[in-house]
Amino acid sequence: MPEKQADIIVIQDRIIDVTGAIASVSSCEGGAVATFLGTTRVETSGDKRSLLALDYEAYAEMAEEQMRKLADQARHRWPILRLALVHRIGRVEIGQPSVLVAVCTPHRAEAFEACRFLIDELKKSAAIWKKEVWDDGSSDWVGHRGE
Amino acid sequence: MRSLTVRIVVKVHLKMFAILRQRSGVSQTDLELPEGATVATAMAEVGRRFSPIVPLLSRTLGAVNRDYADAGTRLKDGDELALIPPVSGG
Repeated sequence: MPEKQADIIVIQDRIIDVTGAIASVSSCEGGAVATFLGTTRVETSGDKRSLLALDYEAYAEMAEEQMRKLADQARHRWPILRLALVHRIGRVEIGQPSVLVAVCTPHRAEAFEACRFLIDELKKSAAIWKKEVWDDGSSDWVGHRGE
Repeated sequence: MRSLTVRIVVKVHLKMFAILRQRSGVSQTDLELPEGATVATAMAEVGRRFSPIVPLLSRTLGAVNRDYADAGTRLKDGDELALIPPVSGG
């Protein structure tokens, strides 16, 4: 019996170590590691402001519990050997990752499916928010632009 | 002999995040509510105390002890009530 590895589930204010996270989920029993990285993209608002960064905030105790529940759901649906769910809080500059999902399974189809399920569900429900920080010094909570 | 009126209250710990925290200027505080108070009752009380967030409350969900809760959920003494504006993680 292969030893069951603990899931890596964390909300952190430091930069996400992408290489380290992928290495830690890569398992000798699994032939597939699917990874999703969400990064801050260049954006221009309707009134021509340029995005400098995103400021993330979380209700960390709740969001980590939600992420653990999502990991449990994914483990019931797919033969996951190892899994990492990492979300950053604080300021995330253009091009830097804010979220990482990495899943190791025996074959690629289930790795892709589980990875997609985890990022989609995390975005729908996890108690995490982002604020757009613009080059003119203004900022907007996402979903409330101009409010 | 006059009867003694005892007002029973439920004391919950309130947390507010993101735009709600910013608009109210408060990230956490205690909230005293009448016995039988629900998430909806508590949100109405929060609106009375922090009027700048009133326009946001129709899109706000409640979470009791770190789980999303319906508006009708009864609050117990010592509960942690979080007000969750639309999430935008990822």
